[in-house]
Amino acid sequence: MLPAALRKCRAGPLRCLSGLACRDSGGPVPGDREEVPGLQAEEASLYVHWPYCLRRCSYCNFNKYISRSVNHVSMATCLQQETETLLRLSQVSRITSVFFGGGTPSLAPPSTVAAVLETVARHTGLQDDAEVTLEVNPTPVGVAKLAEFHQAGVNRFSIGVQSLRDEDLSILGRDHNSQHALRTLEEAQHLCPGRVSVDVIFGRPGQSVESWERELEELLLVCDDHVSLYQLTLERGTHLFKQVQSGQLSVPSEDITAHMYESARGILGKRGFLQYEVSNFARHGAVSSHNLGYWKAGQYLGVGPGAHGRFVPRGEGGVWREARTQTLEPDVWMREVQRWGHGTRRRVELSPAALLEEVLVMGLRLTEGISHQHWRRFSPGLDLEQLLGSAELQELQERGLLILDTRGLRCSWEGLAVLDSLLPPLLLELQTHTHARSEPGELTTGSQ
Amino acid sequence: MQLSVIYAQGSMLTLARRLLDFRILKIIRKQRYTSTCTVIRHRWMRNVPAIYTYISRQCSSQSDKEQFDMSKFPVENIRNFSIIAHIDHGKSTLADRLLEITGAIAKTERNKQVLDKLQVERERGITVKAQTASLLYAHQGHTYLLNLIDTPGHVDFSYEVSRSISACQGVLLVVDANQGIQAQTVANFYLAFEAQLTIIPVINKIDLKNADPERVEKQIEKVFDIPKEDCIRISAKLGTNVSKVLEEVVKRIPPPVANKDDPFKALVFDSTFDHYRGVVANIALFGGQVRKGDRIMSAHLGKTYEVNELGILRPEEHPTDRLYAGQVGYAIAGMKEVKEAQIGDTLFHHRHPVEPLPGFKPAKAMVFAGMYPVDQSDYSTLRSAVEKLTLNDSSVTMQRDSSPALGAGWRLGFLGLLHMEVFNQRLEQEHNASVIMTAPTVPYKAILSSAKLIKEYGEEEITIVNPAQFPDKSQVTDYLEPMVMGTIITPDEHIGKIVTLCLNRRAVQKNMVYIDDNRVMMKYLFPLNEIVVDFYDRLKSLSSGYSSFDYEDAGYMPADLVKMDILLNGRPVEELTTIVHKDKAYVSGKAVCERLKDSIPRQLFEIAVQAAIGSKIIARETIKAYRKNVLAKCYGGDITRKMKLLKKQAEGKKKMRRIGNVEVPKDAFINVLKRNEK
Repeated sequence: MLPAALRKCRAGPLRCLSGLACRDSGGPVPGDREEVPGLQAEEASLYVHWPYCLRRCSYCNFNKYISRSVNHVSMATCLQQETETLLRLSQVSRITSVFFGGGTPSLAPPSTVAAVLETVARHTGLQDDAEVTLEVNPTPVGVAKLAEFHQAGVNRFSIGVQSLRDEDLSILGRDHNSQHALRTLEEAQHLCPGRVSVDVIFGRPGQSVESWERELEELLLVCDDHVSLYQLTLERGTHLFKQVQSGQLSVPSEDITAHMYESARGILGKRGFLQYEVSNFARHGAVSSHNLGYWKAGQYLGVGPGAHGRFVPRGEGGVWREARTQTLEPDVWMREVQRWGHGTRRRVELSPAALLEEVLVMGLRLTEGISHQHWRRFSPGLDLEQLLGSAELQELQERGLLILDTRGLRCSWEGLAVLDSLLPPLLLELQTHTHARSEPGELTTGSQ
Repeated sequence: MQLSVIYAQGSMLTLARRLLDFRILKIIRKQRYTSTCTVIRHRWMRNVPAIYTYISRQCSSQSDKEQFDMSKFPVENIRNFSIIAHIDHGKSTLADRLLEITGAIAKTERNKQVLDKLQVERERGITVKAQTASLLYAHQGHTYLLNLIDTPGHVDFSYEVSRSISACQGVLLVVDANQGIQAQTVANFYLAFEAQLTIIPVINKIDLKNADPERVEKQIEKVFDIPKEDCIRISAKLGTNVSKVLEEVVKRIPPPVANKDDPFKALVFDSTFDHYRGVVANIALFGGQVRKGDRIMSAHLGKTYEVNELGILRPEEHPTDRLYAGQVGYAIAGMKEVKEAQIGDTLFHHRHPVEPLPGFKPAKAMVFAGMYPVDQSDYSTLRSAVEKLTLNDSSVTMQRDSSPALGAGWRLGFLGLLHMEVFNQRLEQEHNASVIMTAPTVPYKAILSSAKLIKEYGEEEITIVNPAQFPDKSQVTDYLEPMVMGTIITPDEHIGKIVTLCLNRRAVQKNMVYIDDNRVMMKYLFPLNEIVVDFYDRLKSLSSGYSSFDYEDAGYMPADLVKMDILLNGRPVEELTTIVHKDKAYVSGKAVCERLKDSIPRQLFEIAVQAAIGSKIIARETIKAYRKNVLAKCYGGDITRKMKLLKKQAEGKKKMRRIGNVEVPKDAFINVLKRNEK
């Protein structure tokens, strides 16, 4: 599969002259034993977006629609149709994982989930052990359907517990209470032992470090092997944002939330949960392989209203990876899918330089960072040592925020918490190297 | 048309908030005034002087066929006078009425401050640029030529006032019948008094409900020692008693002392620049006569010119063949640059040299400020706008300057604060330029003791405009700072608060008198530096707008000055170095540190923001390091947005100024350097 040019280039001198070499072949080089889902050209993961919710959470600004009458038949047909179209377009032969997100995908009929999975299986290989995750709102209705979802092919549940404090759940505008959450968790673990994740939010209005620590400890007693923790972000336009702006509610200060994050990392570590990404922790190796794909810059198809995808449209002769966005509004999306087979609204070709930027930004979110091998796959011309050569980046290493060694580049414990301040200098440095390219598609080396 | 005028005034209000008390009142009143009348833009209202002059000239040559034989106005039938007044006491309205009565302009509803041509003049109710109008007035069988030389109302522009006054033999001192004597009334009075001019007090606005002309007459008697019987009570707005003013001008003001048989000798008392015709010089003839075609010479440069055009201003340019001794008019003589028509210069026939007239001291810049384009790509546009403005305002000094944070710009010197504001406003209104103005500073001096430095500078006393040039104490006998004598007139209930304010500004009280039963005039000696930033605003707010303030130059005095550095993690930030009085160092150092703390974003490490005098730290603020700065959630659907955000941050980073390892955004410099809003 690997174009000869790429092989030649990697083996040859630092400068790579062929435009071809920088195409996103997506393929591993021979001898690359690192297993990354969706990294090979014939592989991708699949994200399916279910846009509907029963109610609006006060902090959420996602693409979601509160609708009383969802046309489930059309929705199911369209999701299948778009999956089929995009599979054909990408020419992938294997879907490595599927993730049903939203919105509230647990509101979808299990038959719809089953139908999408069947479509995938019909057109490509969907391995038996492929991770199939469903986001679940822990409402009583949701609990009842878990078994059906499992039946349909879901083998991993990600449960939006958010908090174990009922008063906080109501501030967040959630439609469940802690009892519902615990029951859902129990049922999910019963169905998919070792493959249940819980989402928790910290930095909530009125929360203290001590109450957060207690809550987390409680949660760890009942949860399965995967925890995602998110700091509450106030998004413009949300109800919560307005409440905070107007002074009705107040959120903990920057210093307090930093403390909360820090102590949560400590507590999780002590309970055997290893942090593998900024917000994700797993024990017994229960990492989410689907999400790892994003952080390792694998290909993924995005199906459903507003879904994002990144893949090479080999079906129409494409050689560059594209960033694709589907039409946001569900009714419009459905009409487009019915008409053209897909609702892709926006396609942006990613230049090798742009792809490399994503590799850097996403890869450093992982505690293991970016291995030399992984980096070279996308950057045959410029290695990590050259990138990290500038005085400013040297200083970040000396301050112990960034680590570059034989394994690769990664953040230190302290560095991970301030990653967003480390990335701009890295991106600027990367730009100075990639801008020096003398012709399109050619990556520079550090040797100019 | 009307809308555009109101819009401009609306936007003025925010700007004006920083300005003098009386100006606010004035602007609000004028706004009402303008919006109730139908504004048809009179040709005088053109806000670009060059265009205006051009048009008016065309009009005058086409419509005014009347020819004047200037020889019909012998010296004894000429009166040269000015009107001086505190802002908004009605000077320009009186000028309008005088022009109407004498037929210089048609009597219509539209004549509002005909002589105030600039937009800024009309909006602020101030006169920036002196204007001249020759009026023909028939009285008791004689036709008199009355030359009204309009003057600026503010002492920032006193160089203009004294210029105008030097061509006059008398002044009309206009005082508002309601407000009474104000700070500028006093300052203007003394200028006229010292020039030994005849002063005719005119009490205006007697039609107002709260007018109390009697009280004002008593004030005039008390403060200026002019018998109250000499006052003329008028309403310029309604025209009441205005003809009496003309009669008294003829009666009381002496004709100029000049002989048409002497050799030609003229004073250049003003000049303007016109893109089509070059320099237009306003001249007053102190002797002899001049004709079109005459070859004249300037005493200052010794250059010879041929007179292309002569005339009087009615107030439009009105060409005549000749001008005679005692008369006032304009001359165009092929001068290409404003510098050639130096104000105060003497002109004479090239064959008949004369003893030059005393002339004027060049106006001295007392307030300096840095000016930078908001966007560096506007630099050349801004430069041409500034150059155009300085063409007609030679009192602005201009020096190129550049700051690592703000880019290329200029250091401009102004006569005073109002002058600076007006310049800035004209730049915005007439040239649509948007600029960053730094907080004003004043010129300090140092008496050097180090022989080496004296040799280097070539003199013992040096002026320091840029803090970088501040010599070390060990090389100096004395530092000097500019002082001003401030006049404050206020209702007596505010005395206590005003005294405290002045003391906090290091001012020394010199005098305090009651000018009537409840109004007090106080004189304070101020360091100029203490009033350049927000003194007016404080005075205004603590007296609810009822106090007026003016100042005049009072030389230099020794002062305990120090150079204060601002450090970021120990590294000095050169553009923030200032010269301060030792007693004020702590307060101002702390203020700068606090403002920097608020405008420098947190970074990966702690930042110490310090103010230091020499090696001694006098104030410190700390900007704590980031402990957490990472987006919680970043999955497939978030990448695009996340990348966009990071790219923007990376771009922003490029624009930051690095001081040591600290990245300082441009806004932080602007926040510290710009004038305070409060």
